[in-house]
Parts: sequence; C-alpha cells; structure tokens
Amino acid sequence: MAVQAQEGLAPAKPVFWNDPRFRALIYQVLVLGGVIAFGAYLVNNTIANMEARGISSGFGFLTKTAGFDIGQTLIEYNAESPYWRAMVVSIINTLMVSAFGILLATVLGFLLGVARLSHNWLISRLAAVYIEVVRNLPLLLQIFFWYFAVLRSVPGPRQSLNAWDAFFLNNRGLYMPRPLFESGFSLVVIGFLVAIVGSFVLARWAKKRQMTTGEQFPVFKATLGLVFGLPLLAFLVTGLPLSWEYAELKGFNFAGGMRIQPEFVAMLIALSMYTAAFIGEIVRAGILAVSHGQTEASYALGLRPGLTLRLVVIPQALRVIVPPLTSQYLNLTKNSSLGAAIAYPEIVLVFAGTVLMQTGQAVEIIGLTMAFYLTVSLLISLFMNWYNKKIALVER
Amino acid sequence: MADTTQDYTPGSHPDLPPPSSEVGVIGWLRHNLFATPLDWALTILAVYLIYVLVVPALDWMLFSADWAGETRDDCSREGACWVFARVWSKVFIYGRYPVEELWRVNLTFIIQFVGLAALMIPGVPYKKWTGIFLLIPYPIIAFFLLYGGAFGLEPVETSLWGGLMVTLVIAEVGIVASLPIGIVLALGRRSKMPIIRAICVAFIELWRGVPLITVLFMASVMFPLFMPEGVNFDKLLRALIGVAMFSAAYMAEVVRGGLQAIPKGQYEAAQALGLSYPKVMTFIVLPQALKLVIPGIVNTFIGLFKDTTLVLIIGLFDLLGVVQLAATNPDWLGFAVEGYVVAAVGFWIFCFAMSRYSMYMERKLETGHKR
Repeated sequence: MAVQAQEGLAPAKPVFWNDPRFRALIYQVLVLGGVIAFGAYLVNNTIANMEARGISSGFGFLTKTAGFDIGQTLIEYNAESPYWRAMVVSIINTLMVSAFGILLATVLGFLLGVARLSHNWLISRLAAVYIEVVRNLPLLLQIFFWYFAVLRSVPGPRQSLNAWDAFFLNNRGLYMPRPLFESGFSLVVIGFLVAIVGSFVLARWAKKRQMTTGEQFPVFKATLGLVFGLPLLAFLVTGLPLSWEYAELKGFNFAGGMRIQPEFVAMLIALSMYTAAFIGEIVRAGILAVSHGQTEASYALGLRPGLTLRLVVIPQALRVIVPPLTSQYLNLTKNSSLGAAIAYPEIVLVFAGTVLMQTGQAVEIIGLTMAFYLTVSLLISLFMNWYNKKIALVER
Repeated sequence: MADTTQDYTPGSHPDLPPPSSEVGVIGWLRHNLFATPLDWALTILAVYLIYVLVVPALDWMLFSADWAGETRDDCSREGACWVFARVWSKVFIYGRYPVEELWRVNLTFIIQFVGLAALMIPGVPYKKWTGIFLLIPYPIIAFFLLYGGAFGLEPVETSLWGGLMVTLVIAEVGIVASLPIGIVLALGRRSKMPIIRAICVAFIELWRGVPLITVLFMASVMFPLFMPEGVNFDKLLRALIGVAMFSAAYMAEVVRGGLQAIPKGQYEAAQALGLSYPKVMTFIVLPQALKLVIPGIVNTFIGLFKDTTLVLIIGLFDLLGVVQLAATNPDWLGFAVEGYVVAAVGFWIFCFAMSRYSMYMERKLETGHKR
C-alpha cells in the first residue's frame, strides 16, 4: 500500500506529551525541582542540627584567637594570631610544597620520559621499572615510607649526616646555611629582573627581525648571558653583599641556619617522585605522537639532529603533552593535602583539622577549604588553557 | 695455504655471514648498550645505580632476611624480619574481625574471585548470568555475609573490619557504583537540555576540583549534620558514599571523552532507524564509547584502588592503616619498612594486574576501526 502525499493537510501535530520540546521542559523542571528539594532538605536538617548543638553559623570565628602554633610559617604567626591568619599560613604551606613539587616532578618526569625512549636498553628498562613500580603504589604509602621509614629513622642531632659541614640531616629536619642579605643586594635582584624583561624584549626583537629579514640572532645564548651575567655583575660591583649563616650544633640541637622540616622533605620527595612517573609516560606518549615522517622530512631539509629536535619534534610533542600535564599539576596540588597524614601543616591539617576541632564550624570550614582548592584548580586550568591556545596548531 | 681466490661472475657470490661483532650477544651489546660514548657512560651509570640501590634492597629483602620464628627476638635484624608480617598477617587481611567468623569473609571473597574469574577468562560460558549475579544478588549476599545480623549470622560491627578486606570493600563498592553514576552524569553533560547539563557540569567540576581528603572529611564531619535528628550513618558507609561520588565524577569525564569520539553519523543513523534515546544510547553509542575508553576507565579504577588508603585519615583501617597500626605497636617497634613492603606488594599486585588486564581487553575488543 503506497503512502500518498496528501496535499492541503498540515503536518500531523503530535499530541503535546509527545512533543520533544515539551518533554525536555518537563524533565528539566522535574530534575531541578528534585535537586532543589534535596538541597532544601539538607539545609533544613543542617540548620536544625546546628541549633540543637548550639553552633552559631557565620564566619565570625575567623577573627578569634587561634591559640595553637604551626611548625612551618613563612609569614609572621604565633599562638595569639587569629584563625584567618592560621588559614593563610597553611595555604602558603600548601602552595609552597606544590610549587616545589611541580618543579621537581617536571624535571624528573621529562628525564624519565626521555630515558624510557632511550636506545640504551638498560636505561630504558630502568625507567620502565621505575614507572611501573611507582605508578602502581598508593601515594600515601610512599609518603609514609619516606617520612616514617627514611626521614624519621635518620640519626639524632649529635650523629647528623653531614655534607661539607654546611648541610646536616637528622631526625629534626634538614639544616642548611641561611643567606644573609646585606645592603646593596637589592641591586642584584633588580639586575635579575631587568635581565628577564630584557630577554623578553630581545626575543621579540629577534623574532621580528628574522621574520622580516631572515637573519637569525642567538637568542638563547644572549638570554643565558643576560640572566646570569647581569646579576653577577651587580653582585661583584656592589662588593659581594651576601654571607651565609651556618647551622651549628649547640648542646642537643642545632642553632642558626635554615631548618627544613622533615615533613616538608618527605612530602616533596614523595609527591615529585610519584607525579614524575605519570609525567614520564605523558612525555613518552607526546614524543611518540610526532610521526617519524616529520623527523625524516626535517633531515631531508638539511636540519641537524639537534635543530630537528628543537624546532620540529619538541614543539609538536608539547601540543600533545601540555593538556595531560596540566591535570598532573592539578593532581599534585590536590595530593599535597595528603600531608595531613604526616602532620605537614597544610590547609587540610591546620584548617579542616585543628581549627575545625576547636571551633566546630564544620560547614564554613569545609566550604572554605573546598573553595580554596576549587580556586587553585580553576587558576591552573585557566593558565594552561591560555598556554594551550598559544601553542595550538594554527591551521590555514 | 692453497689458492682460495675464485672468480665469481657479478652477482653470483654467495652471501657471507655478518661479522661476529654485529650478531649474537656481542652484536646485541654493541647495539643496545655500547653504541656511542654517551651510551657507554649511561650504561655504566645504570649498572652503578643497580649496584647501589637494587642489590642491597634485594639482599635486605631476601638473602639476609629472617623467615622463621614467632617473636621479634627471632629476628637477627641484619635483613628484613618477615616474622613480623607472619605474626600480623591475620590483622593485615581481616583487621579485628572475630576469628570464629573469618569463614564468612573468606566465603565472600571466594565467591567473588570465582565469579570474576568466570567473567574474565574467555571461553567460560554463561558470562551474562555471572555478570548479573555479581551485580545484583552478590552485593546483597556479601552484605549479609560480612555484616551479618540475619539468617542466624552474628552481626559484626564495621569498626571491627580492617586490613585488605576494607580496602577491597571500599574499592569494589566505589567501582560498582561509580561506573553507572558516571555514565548518567556524562550523558547529562552531553544533553541538549540546559538545566540538566548545568547541574551535571556543576556536580562533576565540584567533585573533581577538590582532593579526596576534603571529600572524606566532609563525609565524616558534615554528613551527620545533613541527616535528620537521630539518623546515624555508619562511618564506613559515609566514606563509601564519599568515595563513590568522587570517583563517579572522574568516571563521568572519562566516559564523556568516549561519547565525544563517536561520530555524529552514528547518532543520526540510529535515530533515522527510529530508535528512541535510551535505545540509541544502550545499543549504539555506549557500547562503542565505553570500548574506546577502557584504558581510561581502568585507570580510574586503579586510582580509586590506590585512593582507598586515604580512609585511614578519617580513622578507618584499610591495609595501609593496619600496617601503620602494627608498626606503631609497642611490642613490634622498628618494623615499619617490613610493613610498608607488605602493603606495597599487596597494592602493586592488584594495580598491576588491573592495568595488564585492561591492555589485554583493549587488544581483544579491537575491531580494526582504529586509524
């Protein structure tokens, strides 16, 4: 039976409950209603519970005196400081271990990635074993290992491990010489900043000149010279305005110098070794993703292997490497919260732990802690998106 | 020597064997270890590293270790003391679970391992029914076996649970719960309905933006506030909910990657055939999408398995938690490293097995569509 087109009839209008738009609307109203109702239920319960326990809500507690000490403070802090200051101190500690961790993990990770692709059988096997072992062990286990089994079991202050009479490692931490800046050192810092700005300007100028005239300028060497040379010059001109205060054994403990807590060292080692294993795999995948034809083509154009790597392979590999690298940096920052397990004074331990126990303001404190991490995640991903856009493939 | 020169017409000379420096062991060494001066240096560095790190570790772990004995005095302390691991092995596996009830834990895990083996080994029949059994009746059976309180089984409070058993329970509940929730969230995020999409995006990004510890803290200090007066959640259950939500958000992003990789033509062809949205998803899109992201899914599982250790921070005793407990026991001080090695071997076996199985599955499901 053939279906005949019947002219003059409007297309059949579905009954309204069969209309996809109507259905979509209904679904959304139902889901939204459900979410709102659930949220209201939770809020309602929370308010009732807090009243029953006599907890007043609000952020007023932040200005009250904290009354506890923190082991590692980069800004001024003591037991009389208010809670918000304890929060700032712990945030700085979190950011510090994350920043150093990211730096170390990147260096170690790139080394591992390259080693994994090495033609040397032994080196590539070693890198593979390292990656497979470290990647498949819980980070917390590694932190415990470095902290309890290694750093806490080194000898006491009197039998410190000693390197050049300047670095001492014992169960109280790692002691290093403290730099003492004398007047005139600011000139060195200014020189350094000028050198950095100068190299940016230089790089732009060199690129512009190459684009218009085709002439090249040794930007890398010039930048290196500038960044190291200018501060060094300022340092010599101002008459070496820097001396070191060494740590010394006085009685049962060391005095002077700079002490790095064992918690910090353990966190740094564990975080960077763990993340480096993941970065190593990312780097390997990125380099392998650049097809061999690219290398061959650039050899055919007469580029030397070093230039091929720098101008052809690495820029293309970076495009593959950067997005997963971002999420590893993010993971490292979030994983720094595991410091709470070995009493590294970071935000979860100090704020969501001690402050929460003292004040009982669970909702506000957990909310602030989560807000901090969400902000950091957002900032890192914004930066990386910007960077990613900058190096992304420009298709013509 | 007799005159061995012989004239060959061009092209008729028989092939000579390659020089001995290019084949065999020597050739392999030359090509793989000593090709360039840099290779020489690297090889020497690697051998030195092995000598400094691996040799003493092996000696400590195997050759100078003490295996026999019952107390810490049986250990010479020249190498590892595996007596420690043996004495504590029951605690490492079951925590403080009552000894006369241990058969229940064993039975639970035996059923599970048999079921999983039947699912994973190709060629075993009734895979569909095994899967359904493991997903629906088995969790109920496992709950009653482990927790008890019915069918004449003594109730065992979760505060007595510990060790490997808790690690497995948390990881498995997380895995089983996170996959379906993650799929729903991923579909919601890809939906054309703005409100549903917004809710899913907010949910996923909120969980993914914070570390698991804060989620567990929230689960342990804020859940009691969320619940109506008098309702008291078990601590383990609260951790389970936190872990499941957290890994569901990660799973959602993995599944979304797979959904995005499916060409639009697949959706359109399925719709042209007159399939409804649920049918398009269950029969056409999801099977392809999930197959694409098997490595990502397994990576999430592995991450979840490793992250179960964090529950020790809120006072639950998983494998690492009981190891830490044993290592700080006054009678057994000084055996932390042995404990960590035991925990490391336990975690490593599970994680490595999972990653290898995922590689195998990837190869098996490969249908030649990869370009």
